[in-house]
Amino acid sequence: MIDNGLPEGWELVVGLEVHVELATKTKLFSGSPNRFGDEPNTNIDPVTLGLPGALPVLNQHAVELAMRIGLALNCTVQPSTFHRKNYFYPDLPKAYQITQYDQPLNIDGFLLLRGGVRVGIERAHMEEDTGKSTHFGGTGGRIHGSDYSLIDFNRAGVPLVEIVSRPDVRTSEQARQYVNELRGILVAIGASDAKMEEGSMRCDANVSVRKYGDPLGTRCEIKNVNSVRSIGRAIDYEARRQIDLLETGGSIRQETRHWDETDGRTHTLRTKEDADDYRYFLEPDLVPLAPDAEWVERVRAALPVLPAARRTKLAELTGADVDGEAVAVVVERSQDEYVQTVASLGGDAGRALVWVQQAFAEEGEQPRLPASDLAALTILERDGKITATQAKTVLIDMLDSGGGDPAAIAAAKGFEALDTSVIEKFVDDGIAAQPDAWAKYCGGEEKALGSLVGTIMKLSKGKADGKVVTAILQERRGI
Amino acid sequence: MSNDRTAIGIAAAVNSGNVTSTSVLEEHLARIAERENEVHAFNLVTSTQARERALEIDAQIAKGENVGPLAGVPIALKDNMCTRGVPTTCSSKILEGWKPPYNATVVDRLYAAGAVFVGKTNLDEFAMGSSTENSAFGPTRNPLDTSRVPGGSSGGSAAAVAAGFAAVSLGSDTGGSIRQPAALCGVVGVKPTYGLVSRYGLVAFASSLDQIGPFATTVADAALLTEIIAGHDPMDSTSIPQKAPSLLSVLDRGVEGLRIGRVTDLPEGADADVLEKLDAAFLALEKVGATIVDVTLPSLSFALTAYYLIAPAEASSNLARYDGVRYGARVAENDINTMYANTRAKGFGDEVKRRIMLGTYALSAGYYDAYYGKALKVRRLISNDFADAYTKVDVILTPTSPTVAFPFGSKTDNPLAMYLCDIFTIPTNLAGHPAMSVPFGTGQANMPVGVQVMAPTLGEEVMFRVAASLERAS
Repeated sequence: MIDNGLPEGWELVVGLEVHVELATKTKLFSGSPNRFGDEPNTNIDPVTLGLPGALPVLNQHAVELAMRIGLALNCTVQPSTFHRKNYFYPDLPKAYQITQYDQPLNIDGFLLLRGGVRVGIERAHMEEDTGKSTHFGGTGGRIHGSDYSLIDFNRAGVPLVEIVSRPDVRTSEQARQYVNELRGILVAIGASDAKMEEGSMRCDANVSVRKYGDPLGTRCEIKNVNSVRSIGRAIDYEARRQIDLLETGGSIRQETRHWDETDGRTHTLRTKEDADDYRYFLEPDLVPLAPDAEWVERVRAALPVLPAARRTKLAELTGADVDGEAVAVVVERSQDEYVQTVASLGGDAGRALVWVQQAFAEEGEQPRLPASDLAALTILERDGKITATQAKTVLIDMLDSGGGDPAAIAAAKGFEALDTSVIEKFVDDGIAAQPDAWAKYCGGEEKALGSLVGTIMKLSKGKADGKVVTAILQERRGI
Repeated sequence: MSNDRTAIGIAAAVNSGNVTSTSVLEEHLARIAERENEVHAFNLVTSTQARERALEIDAQIAKGENVGPLAGVPIALKDNMCTRGVPTTCSSKILEGWKPPYNATVVDRLYAAGAVFVGKTNLDEFAMGSSTENSAFGPTRNPLDTSRVPGGSSGGSAAAVAAGFAAVSLGSDTGGSIRQPAALCGVVGVKPTYGLVSRYGLVAFASSLDQIGPFATTVADAALLTEIIAGHDPMDSTSIPQKAPSLLSVLDRGVEGLRIGRVTDLPEGADADVLEKLDAAFLALEKVGATIVDVTLPSLSFALTAYYLIAPAEASSNLARYDGVRYGARVAENDINTMYANTRAKGFGDEVKRRIMLGTYALSAGYYDAYYGKALKVRRLISNDFADAYTKVDVILTPTSPTVAFPFGSKTDNPLAMYLCDIFTIPTNLAGHPAMSVPFGTGQANMPVGVQVMAPTLGEEVMFRVAASLERAS
């Protein structure tokens, strides 16, 4: 049974709805720029404002990006239609949102998480974004009770894809992983910049709990989850709330709840009873969208290698854990190809991975340091010519100057690897200096090793390789 | 100086320098000055802009420039087509004062052809009605008998042409709103194939049914206007991706060998004088070489019901944007929902409210399948019936309107009686087919009768051939 952090016997069931803004130049149905951060109400036109007589024309690049998302999530791309979702709100200019309803573009996909956890994708459909309202006065930033409201229509009509997962997520950690992995894919395929802090990726969570083996419980939809961290917090809070209710004889009401980051709780937004009747019907101003097989295949063929495959490749190359931090971080930064280049130039892939993870956070996809220089450094290190600590000093120097010969830099700094016989001498001195620690270590106390290595390194003035020292100590204890 | 005041005649005279655009315009403005108070065809006469435009055209002609096939032709536009900087009201208080920042595609195309716009014509509010009595700015009167309605909803555009206020005009037809007023005012009115003319800039009533078309005094003028406004527009996704048809060139071809459909199960309700003229039309066509073939359209009797679910459903969504937030009228209130409610209560007239409520109901959860869903099925049946019929015939002839123009107030207390005015015109909107009304003699009270020529999708050529033959025979 999976550890979900909940009281024993309770199972968490989560489905996620993720909205992503597509990285198109223009809006879904008009030629106005799709650009974040511009002066309010500058990226507008008759279509965006829903002026009388204006008509939508579908942005073909948005369709292509939506298909990329579907194909990257292993979906089937199918003939689709657009509907109108009718409701009144001041930032919805036409009083209806054009969205895909019963025939979405992408259906039936999946996303694999660490350890092979498979989350089904029910659908990934296209729709337009609303404008952005800001309410002044009153309480809680709501329109009701506010003194006045301002609306920015720059966001209205921005193309969105809503990715709806099946209720396959079982822990808040999986939910975080799902969102992280999705974000990595969206960025890799160029579909979205997927920035939660700018709202170009927004997440709602459908949360329910049940006793293992029971049918699905009543779910609540949690909105306003604006960071990966709050996804976990909101789900954990909501699951606890539901369990507390159920364990004290209460029942769950199906409702939409609002996550409040400041008090760390969810609050009722609206119940099922007062949900709008959206009166969906086929959008008569648009024609069906049915990408032909040739177009779908062209998009599929042009998809880049996705993060999961890149992690597998990098892990195989470097011997690192495929689900580990180093592999994840380096692929996320798209520096995995750089590591591969270092290896192809004869460098040590494992050491290259470590250095890229540790020292290249500020570097882009193509680090300034020539791959051949890092290769040379890892070779010096692997051959025991310099220690890991010395290699780090040399690397920082190389990064500062944009490259260089690591052997020359090491020599200039007076770095030279010590003969094992010299290190053996320092080990003798170290043990002599710390007889208690040595005794504890020999007695099986692994913690004592750190203090011994530290002392020996100090005696060698940092010239001894920590790994060699450790190996000698382990060897001696074994005798 | 030529006295031909058809659009074709005017353009020829202006292009050849025989008359000036200004003098043609002044003739029309003089007739407007004389009779507009009585007829009320316009919501707005744009005489200042028209005079400037006419001078511009005259200057172009003087320089020897080619102005285009509508050089100097005075044209009236139904007031539901967007005109940049000129109020566009849909004869509704809710849009009072709103000036579109852009032109409808048809407006740009007419302008490019040399047209002179004389004004925006009256209509039933948001094109909902068959008599123009539903205008928030008062009814339009039939120029042939001002005690009678001009029909609707494009009553102002029909009256403007019948009264000589404009040589030609544009209307919009959702369920008969061009053809029925054309019949009642004794002019030619065309509803082209759905998608042949761009709807960009036409304020929507029912998007899947709306189509812009011309009013004219002659079939040839109607053909010219259709040629100019038709053709693909990338701004309208439902626009058919092909060029405008060539219509003027087919008008003389006659109808020899054509098969003309007579509907044997036509819904009842047409007056005897109207049916008499329809019979005469069949005879006239037979006489010039056409064959009359009986066809049945069994689902036609459900068309009106289906229409009054589909059109209001779309309208309820299309008209939801008039919420007082961004443009048009607003009743200021302290909270958003009261502002919405009072703005819409005050801004819309009774017929518009009736249809918004009908449509909202038809789309509601739990009622969709029984109403809107079923109406869509009927719509398919009607298309199938037409498809069957058009395997046997080239065109179908029916009355345009069951009656000649009726007196004011005779149907205003009974919405259903008013809805029946469109019983013969609605089916083609549901099928997306072209149809046109051609004047064919007179009936009761010496008022004109219109005959409707219906054709299959993109059958404009054969439709105009038949219309031209009817015109020659009338």
